[in-house]
Amino acid sequence: MAGEVLYWQALNRALDAELAADDAVFVLGEDVGLYGGSYRVTEGLYARYGEWRLRDTPISEGGFTGLGVGAALVGMRPVVEIMTINFALLALDAIINMAAKIPFMSGGQFPMPLVVRMPGGVAKQLAAQHSQRLEQTLMNVPGLRIAVPATPQDAWWQLRQAIRSDEPIILLEHELLYFSKGPLDETAEAPPMHRASCRRAGPDLTIVAYSRMVDLSLRAAARLAEQGIEAEVIDLRSLRPVDWDTCAESLKRTHRLLVVEEDSRFAGAGAEIVAGLTERCFFDLDAAPERVAGRELPIAFNASLEAASIPRPSDIVAAGKKLCAR
Amino acid sequence: MESRTLRALLHDMLLARAFEERAAEEYTRGNIAGFLHLYPGEEAVAVGVLHAAEPSDYIVSTYREHVHALVRGIPPGVLMAELFGRKDGCSGGLGGSMHLFDRERRFMGGYAIVGETFPVAAGIGYAVAMRQLPEAVICFFGDGAVNQGTFHEALNMTALWQLPVLFVCENNRYQIGTEIHRHSAVAEVYKRACGYRIPAHRVDGMDVLAVHEATQAALAEIRGGNGPQFLEFETYRFRGHSMADPGLYRSKVEVQSFEQEDPITVAIAETVPAYPSQEQIAAAGPDSIARLSEHLNDAGHLSTDQLEAMKAEIGRIVEQAVEFAANSPEPTMADAVAALECNRGTEVLI
Ligand SMILES: Cc1ncc(C[n+]2csc(CCOP(=O)(O)OP(=O)(O)O)c2C)c(N)n1
Ligand SMILES: [Mg+2]
Repeated sequence: MAGEVLYWQALNRALDAELAADDAVFVLGEDVGLYGGSYRVTEGLYARYGEWRLRDTPISEGGFTGLGVGAALVGMRPVVEIMTINFALLALDAIINMAAKIPFMSGGQFPMPLVVRMPGGVAKQLAAQHSQRLEQTLMNVPGLRIAVPATPQDAWWQLRQAIRSDEPIILLEHELLYFSKGPLDETAEAPPMHRASCRRAGPDLTIVAYSRMVDLSLRAAARLAEQGIEAEVIDLRSLRPVDWDTCAESLKRTHRLLVVEEDSRFAGAGAEIVAGLTERCFFDLDAAPERVAGRELPIAFNASLEAASIPRPSDIVAAGKKLCAR
Repeated sequence: MESRTLRALLHDMLLARAFEERAAEEYTRGNIAGFLHLYPGEEAVAVGVLHAAEPSDYIVSTYREHVHALVRGIPPGVLMAELFGRKDGCSGGLGGSMHLFDRERRFMGGYAIVGETFPVAAGIGYAVAMRQLPEAVICFFGDGAVNQGTFHEALNMTALWQLPVLFVCENNRYQIGTEIHRHSAVAEVYKRACGYRIPAHRVDGMDVLAVHEATQAALAEIRGGNGPQFLEFETYRFRGHSMADPGLYRSKVEVQSFEQEDPITVAIAETVPAYPSQEQIAAAGPDSIARLSEHLNDAGHLSTDQLEAMKAEIGRIVEQAVEFAANSPEPTMADAVAALECNRGTEVLI
């Protein structure tokens, strides 16, 4: 039955369930053990499963992510936690050159049941080096899968699915979502891991968003409704692969596309979404697609500048109105 | 050491040399393209180390790994087919010279990004340690790789968690064209392991028996539960860094002086006994006769004729390998997609 939990708690329960179900699962990362995880995601698990399965690592992102790759090669199911996505830049070789390529370049001989979880996005005044969005970097890597859970229910489902998959999967979590609340039904059957979900129905335009931007888009949609515009909001849930069909079906009804991303606009995730949907739905569209995206700036420490550097509900409302006026 | 073992070491070194020289020829003929890093000069290391390993051990190597794969038992034809980029290659023609893999033989890959072998080996070691198995992971790397961050990260983690990893440095004194004194503040590579409390030794990598012995000792330590071990083998590559490298940064004298120490010549000297003449025996006196005959018994029996026969047999093996490679089909795009999705199983993504 569905109760309300926080996003981090859903992840915690997913890890607990998988650690209990399979001895091959182990978690590694900085402060995931004794400390319980920087965002509490591994709280209580060290006591239950011990240090070999909840491994506190030195600050060696490249080394311990690569260690996860090696363990996955021999059938372990490592869940690597990179404390925040900003440090994943030091682990990109392990993720891109190793995890994504070994099954392929070995001619299909090796499994890669590796999960790399990382919180990212713009939080609250963490400044430029701690406010990163790297989805575009990872989206361009054949061989990787990327899930972006926006709700506790999806966090629970998608982390468990990721751990059970034999393919390398990145879970992009959002720092501001860890303490957001939502229903969690542990017994409900999961949809396929990469299927998009329609969060709000409406005939006038389709807003495609992911991660924290889903919530902002829903808030914007509520305001648009007050002005007589009913938006459909699609939560992508995944950035690789992308569920084009769910988006395309929506566009057949609404004929207008607005993509919302926290990523910087130029060559960001939204660029691919718009291009992919334009290719598929060109003749369904009544207007050129719109993007609401982060600015072409590193994130400023100053709170007002920070807020103005990424989409706000008012930006989404304005873009929606503009799109529907065409 | 048993003469059978000695002969096997010599055989594999000769095979390695012949395979690599043939690969160079096939490259010149245009049958092999891309980067091709050859191993002549360094055979004693791969052969000595891998003959000391068990089939249950794991091997992780670099882009200069043909001989590691060969000695590990990947058939020469399958290897040559991979160098040719063909479907019957050990990586289906999708990996090539630098990415040889063989799951069955626990050959866990050739990695072309310098420094990648360390964390991969550590991860396999972590799995072995967790499962409490008597297996070891042998991690090959060059002298140039030890300046990569992953080297230090992996040494620290393997020592911290006492993982069963044998670090094997093939110190051929060069990182492409940069000589070790120009790339490392400390040129005695093994000393670096001390910083992580990992037992480390420096061994003559041109002497296959010394390599074999040191590896056996190190693996025994690992299997005794004493954590990672580190061996630095001093060796030399006779050819350029890759087929694209004319090697102009090394003086002729230097190359020639190392060629004098050819590990194969050394191995032959250790395997093919030089029978003393009657005069020598007489001159040596009765005690020495006993010593000499003992040595002949110990050192194994391989006559010059047998050596020639061995070389001829190896020539045929290499010839057949090339033939096998040349006759193997190209992989298709469908093969490539299947390899990428080899782990999808019945999973429905969307
Ligand atoms: C990260 C990285 N940087 C640079 C290179 C290019 N490169 C290939 S081999 C090599 C030299 C490596 O020397 P060493 O580790 O001593 O191995 P050797 O080739 O001598 O066997 C370099 C610089 C690379 N492949 N990967
Ligand atoms: Mg070198």
